[in-house]
Amino acid sequence: MTETTAEDQEYADGEDFIEGNPMANFLRMERMPHIWCPGCGIGTVVTSFAEAVKKSGIDMDKLAVVSGIGCTGRVAGYVNLDSFHTTHGRPIAFATGLKLANPELKVVVFSGDGDIMGIGGNHFIHAARRNMDLIVICVNNFTYGMTGGQVTPTTPKTANASTAPHGNFENAFSLPFLADACGANYVARWTSLHARRITGSIQEAFNKKGLSFIEVITPCTTLYARRNRLGDGLDALQYYHDKSEIKHGADTREVDIGFQDKIIMGKFVDRDNPSFLEAMNTQFSTVMGDDYQLYGKTECEGDCGE
Amino acid sequence: MPAEARENPLSARMQLLTGAEAAAHAMRQINPDVVSVYPITPQTPIIQTFAKFVADGEVDTEIINVESEHSAMSAAVGAAQAGARTMTATASQGLALMIEIVYIAASMRLPIVMAVGNRALSGPINIHCDHADSMLARDSGMVQILTENAQEAYDFMVIAPRLAEHPEVMLPVLVGQDGFTITHSAEPVSLLPDEQVRRFVGDYRIPYPLLSGEVVTQGPFAMPDYYFEIKAQQVRAMQAAAQVFDDLSEAYEAYSGRRYQAVEGYRLDDADRALILMGSSAGTAKDVVDQLRAKGEKVGLAQVRLFRPFPAAASSSTVSASSPSPAFSL
Repeated sequence: MTETTAEDQEYADGEDFIEGNPMANFLRMERMPHIWCPGCGIGTVVTSFAEAVKKSGIDMDKLAVVSGIGCTGRVAGYVNLDSFHTTHGRPIAFATGLKLANPELKVVVFSGDGDIMGIGGNHFIHAARRNMDLIVICVNNFTYGMTGGQVTPTTPKTANASTAPHGNFENAFSLPFLADACGANYVARWTSLHARRITGSIQEAFNKKGLSFIEVITPCTTLYARRNRLGDGLDALQYYHDKSEIKHGADTREVDIGFQDKIIMGKFVDRDNPSFLEAMNTQFSTVMGDDYQLYGKTECEGDCGE
Repeated sequence: MPAEARENPLSARMQLLTGAEAAAHAMRQINPDVVSVYPITPQTPIIQTFAKFVADGEVDTEIINVESEHSAMSAAVGAAQAGARTMTATASQGLALMIEIVYIAASMRLPIVMAVGNRALSGPINIHCDHADSMLARDSGMVQILTENAQEAYDFMVIAPRLAEHPEVMLPVLVGQDGFTITHSAEPVSLLPDEQVRRFVGDYRIPYPLLSGEVVTQGPFAMPDYYFEIKAQQVRAMQAAAQVFDDLSEAYEAYSGRRYQAVEGYRLDDADRALILMGSSAGTAKDVVDQLRAKGEKVGLAQVRLFRPFPAAASSSTVSASSPSPAFSL
C-alpha cells in the first residue's frame, strides 16, 4: 500500500484544480468556463497578460482593465481586477477618463480589432496622437467574431467574410503603422503563438509613459478560419510558425499583412516622446509658473520599474 | 385582387423563415439601390442574409460595410440625397448611435427604410428584447411600425418603402421586430411573388435630388423662423403618415389577403379588462385572452402596430368603445 501524501489528498479533494490553477488569482474562476471557442487565441493573450502582471509585480489594486464589445470585450468580465466593460468602440475614451481622474492607475485597454479599430478607430488615433498614458492591447482576429464573422477594417484583402462573401476588396489597416504614424511611444506585434513574447512586450509597456500599443494576431477558428477554409486552431498556429518573422525596429510602413501572407512581428517602436500628462504639465508650468501644481505621477514607481 | 392571392393567400409560398430572413427576403424583392450597415446582435442575420442575396447576384444593391452605425446612417443619408432607394438595419446601441443622423434624415425628408431587431439598451449589457431602442427614437421624426411576428416583419418591410416615399410623407420608416423572439425564431411565412412586390413597391424618384444638375446645398443652417417652418412641415408629414399607413394597408391586402390596422382590437367587445401591447407579446397575449375568455373572463387586447405617428384617436376609440372603464382612457 502506497503512502498518501498531502498533495494526493488535495488532488482527491479536487482542491488541486481550484487552488492550484496558476490563473486562479488573476481570473474570476466562478465565471469559468469562458465563452471563447476551441482554438481561439484570446485566452492565450489573457494568460500572457496575467504572466506579465505577475512578473512585473504590479499592485493589482492599481491596475484596471477596460474592454469594449466583442469576443475580446469579455476580458473585462473575466479578469479579477477592477475592470470596465464599456459600449462598443469606446474603451479608449472611457480609459482616458479613468487614467486622468486617477493617474496612479495603470490602465490597460483590452479589446478587439472591430472594437478599437472599426467603430472606435477615431478614439484610437486621438489617444495615440495625444500619447495618452494607456496600454492598448488589440487582439486582431481579422473579423467581428461576436456577431458572426463580418468584414472589419483589418480583414486582409481577398479574405472572405459573411458580409464579403466574394472576398474583401477594401484596404486593411496596418495597425502598427497606424499607431506609429499617430504618435504612440511603443508599438509591438506578436501572434498568439508567441505567448512569452507577448508577456515581454506587456512588461515593457508597463514601464513606458505615453501610449503603448500591442497588437496580437489571433485565430478566429469558428468564423474567419472556417469561412476561408483555413483549418482549425492548430493550423493557424502552424501558419504563424511558418510565416512569421521577427524584425525588431522594422519600418512600420512595410508590416502590412496580406491574406495568409507573411507576418512581420517584433517591437517596432520604442521612444520616449512626452506623454499627455508630461506635455500638459510642461505647458501649464511654462505658462503659469509656480501657480501650477503638477498633476499626476509621471515618474514610474520602483515596483513597476525594471 | 390578383387571382393567386384570392385563391389562397397563405398556401404555396409558405416558407419556414426567421423574422430576420423574412425581412431580408423583402429587401431582396424590393432591390434597394444602397444598403449601408454595421453588424449588431440581433439585427445581424438580416443584413447577413441580404449580403448573400447581393453576392449571389439576386439583387444589384450596393452594400456598404461601414465602421459604425453612425457611419451607416450617415452613408444612408448621402445615398438617399443622391436619389437612391436606401435601407439600413440596426438594433439597440446601434440605433442609439444612429439617432443624431436619424433626426437629420427626418428633417431632410429622406425616405430611408430601417429594419430594427428591437433590443434593450445598455446598461447592463443586454442582447434581448425590449423596445427601449424604439422609444429612444420616438421623437426623432421617424415613422415606426412594431410587428408581431415574422410574417408581419416581412409584410411591413414591403409596405415601408411606399410609406416612406409617399409624397405627403417623405420620412424615414423603422420596421421593428422583437430581438430573438422574432429575428431568430423560424415560423411559416408567406412571401409574395417577386414581381408582385416590385409592382406594389414601384419605382422611386426623389423629388429633389442632390445630383440634379442644379446647384443646391442640403442641410445648411436655419434661423429659428425657418427652423420652425421646417419642423411644422415635419409634423404635417408625420400626421399624413397615419392616413397613408391605412391606405397602404388596404392596398397591400389586395396583394396579400392580410389587412393590418394601426391599432387593432382583439376580443374587446364587452371586455372589462384589456392589455395594450406592441410587438411579439401581442401574439402571446392573444392566446392568453382566448384561454381566459374560454373560462368566462371578459378580457381583450389592443395591439398597437403604428408607434409613430401614434394612433391616439384610433387607440382611444378601439379601447373605450368596448368599455366604459376609466382604466382604458388614453
